[in-house]
Amino acid sequence: MLKIENLHVSIGGNQILKGINLEVKAGETHAIMGPNGSGKSTLAQVLAGHEEYEITDGKIEYLSKDLLGMDIEERACEGIFLAFQYPVELPGVNNTYFLKSALNAQRKYRGEKEMDAMEFIDLIGDKIKLLNLNDSLLKRPVNEGFSGGEKKRNEIFQMAVLEPKLALLDETDSGLDIDALRVVANGINSMRKEENAIIIVTHYQRLLNYIVPDFVHVLVDGKIINSGDKNLALELEEKGYDRIVEEAKA
Amino acid sequence: MNPDSETEMLKGFAEQEYKYGFVTNIESDTLPPGLNEDVIKFISNKKGEPKWLTDWRLKAYKIWLKMKEPHWANIEYPPIDYQAISYFSAPKNAADGPKSLDEVDPELIKTYNKLGIPLEEQEILAGVAVDAVFDSMSVATTFKDRLAEKGVIFCSFSEAVKEHPELIKKYMGSVVPQSDNFFAALNSAVFTDGSFCYIPPNTKCPMELSTYFRINEPNTGQFERTLIVADKGSYVSYLEGCTAPKRDENQLHAAVVELVALDDAVIKYSTVQNWYPGDKNGKGGIYNFVTKRGACRGKSSKITWTQVETGSAITWKYPSCILQGDNSTGEFYSVALSALKQQADTGTKMIHLGKNTKSTIISKGISAARGQNTYRGQVMIKKSAEGARNYSQCDSLLIGNKCGAHTFPYLDVRNTKSHIEHEASTSKIGEDQMFYCKQRGISEEDAINLIVNGFCKEVFRELPMEFAVEAQRLLEVSLEGSVG
Ligand SMILES: Nc1ncnc2c1ncn2[C@@H]1O[C@H](COP(=O)(O)OP(=O)(O)OP(=O)(O)O)[C@@H](O)[C@H]1O
Ligand SMILES: [Mg+2]
Repeated sequence: MLKIENLHVSIGGNQILKGINLEVKAGETHAIMGPNGSGKSTLAQVLAGHEEYEITDGKIEYLSKDLLGMDIEERACEGIFLAFQYPVELPGVNNTYFLKSALNAQRKYRGEKEMDAMEFIDLIGDKIKLLNLNDSLLKRPVNEGFSGGEKKRNEIFQMAVLEPKLALLDETDSGLDIDALRVVANGINSMRKEENAIIIVTHYQRLLNYIVPDFVHVLVDGKIINSGDKNLALELEEKGYDRIVEEAKA
Repeated sequence: MNPDSETEMLKGFAEQEYKYGFVTNIESDTLPPGLNEDVIKFISNKKGEPKWLTDWRLKAYKIWLKMKEPHWANIEYPPIDYQAISYFSAPKNAADGPKSLDEVDPELIKTYNKLGIPLEEQEILAGVAVDAVFDSMSVATTFKDRLAEKGVIFCSFSEAVKEHPELIKKYMGSVVPQSDNFFAALNSAVFTDGSFCYIPPNTKCPMELSTYFRINEPNTGQFERTLIVADKGSYVSYLEGCTAPKRDENQLHAAVVELVALDDAVIKYSTVQNWYPGDKNGKGGIYNFVTKRGACRGKSSKITWTQVETGSAITWKYPSCILQGDNSTGEFYSVALSALKQQADTGTKMIHLGKNTKSTIISKGISAARGQNTYRGQVMIKKSAEGARNYSQCDSLLIGNKCGAHTFPYLDVRNTKSHIEHEASTSKIGEDQMFYCKQRGISEEDAINLIVNGFCKEVFRELPMEFAVEAQRLLEVSLEGSVG
């Protein structure tokens, strides 16, 4: 589904990603871990098409197409969803209306009929329950004044409604309390299907107890220095990054 | 069709014919450019006005001569040569206009289509020669009947001068005196026509009044004069303008609008204005210098101004309220958009005289492309206004890097037992917001519309439902292509 080859990315003259290789197949869940500033969010943003980053080398194939040649909306409509590490506030823009606009934009792209308000409300009913979402969040402006945890939950709610093919979850677990973590993990797990793939960026093994990944990658200083199965995450937790880095060098 | 309404319609039709006859009659009398006392006497005479009105105009002219064009507003335009304007051009014969929509600026037609305006209406707006405005005429006629039943007077200003001189004499200039400002003085001297409306005591006007239904003679727009009087305990909602850009030959517009609310009366005055923005070279953009003021003359009366301004090249406009009656309320809700190279200097004045008077100001300025938007608001609380309250909120939204927003709030408080609250904010549609929307699949244009509509919500809420939908469409169309 996704194939990243030798990806080099810089911003403001700084090289952040220094040769990433990663293949994600349909049905798989990948976790990316790594120290602060190592380039995890950069990778996620580049996949989503953020224009501020400069691709200096490498290529990305998504569903057998050249991803780097597609603009942001096109990627979204082709099924790429980014759950933001820092969700953005849209003052005055009603949360439900926003999501309906997004869904209809994607449906239109796919040549499907746009949903009216009634159909949409039907559709989101189950997802609201699934994520145990507070009704008042639906009526408020997008993310405005939401608590950190509410913002994250809202991101996953959007994901559940938009049903992407490839979900990029950037530290969706940070800021969530224990109960919320379980609810959100549930929501994410319900997305795991043969035809979908998920990339989770996280600092904590805890989330991976709920969402068991098929692969774990360690990203340090713009490079994947180690890849393994779910046990790598446990090992990381135990040893810390420094020793993993040293072992990788050895 | 029942016979009654048919006769009504025919009658309306006959009136229409008569009007055209009248037009043809005076056409040869079009005045050359220039302004002097003879010109004013000529206008007054042509309109068959009584002497008191001729004198009133002449007095305004003398005042105007002594005044200077104001230049304190944050707008720039080449000097206006007042002697180069023709102050009485007879309504253009329909035959002078474009013969069909094919002859009209295609950009204008595009805008009409985007706004979803039906073909026949497009023709009227673009000034195409149409044989008879059959549909609109019958609408206008039934409309008049329903109003007459309630005793509501709604007619052209000229008609009111003839039919209701006592009301005109009593109220004209009582809110905006001839000497008020340069443009108001000019209007008072040379105004051509406009609307008059009177709501009798304890009457709720049975429908939203709109100039749109009152078929205006063409070419009266330049120096328009509107007077609305709501008698004790009455209610009226008045809609001005329409969202379609109207083709107009006159660059300078200097209208005067006066509202009078007596005891417990309520006037809601809503404007959605979209002047012809000019062709793609910016030619023909309108300069709009308008004086709008309402007097809450009676106790517990209320005046609400709601405006959505887009379009003109230059807007100079400050709908205001004089809160004379105790417990009276003034409200101002405004969305002003400056895109392209437009300049808008607009705002309001709330003058508190009566006890426990209340005013609310919500102003939303949007600047895009190279637009410059200025909010200018004054809150004056006089010594007599014990317990007065004001709440002001002025928000600016910037789209892009080359536009500007400016806010000038003036406060003048002479009574210590009053309360004033002011909030202001300037925000920019951020790249992170755009990225977020696009990442969800929403296009750039739709994303901007979402954010702009969210920004304007508090004002749109004040507009009558249909108007609000139109206003929303209008902003979308106006913002199109202005990004980047
Ligand atoms: N706009 C920018 N200008 C300059 N440097 C930037 C910019 N954006 C990111 N960086 C730098 O790129 C590096 C990688 O940042 P990134 O956000 O990808 O890290 P991360 O792995 O997600 O870290 P964290 O775990 O703290 O979220 C950091 O050193 C960061 O300071
Ligand atoms: Mg990060």
